[in-house]
Amino acid sequence: MPDPMRIRASMVGDKVDVKVLMAHEMETGLRKDAKGQAIPAHFIQNVTVTHNGKTVFSAQWGPSISKNPFLHFRFAGGKPGEKVTITWTDNKGEKRSDETTIAGS
Amino acid sequence: MFRHRLMACMLLAAFAGAAAAQTTEQEIQRYRDMLQDDNPAELEELKGAELWKTPRGPNKVSLERCDLGMGPGVVKGAYAHLPRYFADTDKVQDVESRLVTCMVTLQGFPPAEAMRNPFSAPGRPSDKEALVSYIAAQSRGMKMDAPMTHPKEIEAFQVGERLFFRRAGPHDFSCASCHDEKGKRIRLQDLPKLNDPVEARRVFPTWPGYRVSQGAVRTMQHRLFDCYWQMRHPPVGYTSDAITALQVYMAKYANGGDMKAPTVKR
Repeated sequence: MPDPMRIRASMVGDKVDVKVLMAHEMETGLRKDAKGQAIPAHFIQNVTVTHNGKTVFSAQWGPSISKNPFLHFRFAGGKPGEKVTITWTDNKGEKRSDETTIAGS
Repeated sequence: MFRHRLMACMLLAAFAGAAAAQTTEQEIQRYRDMLQDDNPAELEELKGAELWKTPRGPNKVSLERCDLGMGPGVVKGAYAHLPRYFADTDKVQDVESRLVTCMVTLQGFPPAEAMRNPFSAPGRPSDKEALVSYIAAQSRGMKMDAPMTHPKEIEAFQVGERLFFRRAGPHDFSCASCHDEKGKRIRLQDLPKLNDPVEARRVFPTWPGYRVSQGAVRTMQHRLFDCYWQMRHPPVGYTSDAITALQVYMAKYANGGDMKAPTVKR
């Protein structure tokens, strides 16, 4: 299974401030290894963030996103103690889902 | 009159130069501060915490009984007190040397297996880098305090001092060639004077760190391995006594500094 994400969610004013650090190689498919063989592409394609079962953020990513991507955004309507779930799927069909509780400000 | 004006011009030029240098350094510092927010070393920390608890090796036990110097299983604060003397091995050891000891004695790995793959490469992660990240993080915010009282620790310091100044290799380089003078730098990377308490305290406790340019957490073993490679000295062995001695030498000057590792670096 892929490595866990590091998620921080806290209140900033009346919005929830979410910072996510994902562990992923994000290989573009354009690089070559020491033998000159192309390294196969391996990158996150879809990111979905849900809060109380409702999608608050979704993104389609490509190979131009860096290794170990960092995502930072805010959404309205969350309260401390509630859960935020983040899920990504990559081009090899691997998937990782992690959850955190919203901290107070 | 003319002379006065010339003086004023020169003073002004000198002042402008100093101001520019200061803002450059401030800008670099601002860039470093921004990086701290998304430090991928935290991912290694999480991995290391898992590895620490996972039963591995022929004995199928975890590292949870590993003695890092604060008693078996105590990780909190251990990194701030390393390297130090260990009675069971009768040696001064750093964190990685100690991890190898635990992997051999507790988990039953053959020594060669325990020493394998210390530095990660793309597609080949290193369990050492993850474990060291985890262990270092448990000393964050503490004061660095490596002991310097046991005769072997004092001996290691003296050996480290000799190594620090020993010039060798095709370039006739020593550690001191770069790190024994204030204000030196390679491009924008300033070179700390490692036997100056102020500079050593600022730099030494920031290792291990995530190197953005390498996409991996690098430990002090790797830093020194790389220094020796850059000096074109013969490669030094992983967890060798020479590397530990150099760490003791630097630790003596860095004692009292704030533990910040794992950090994120260029």
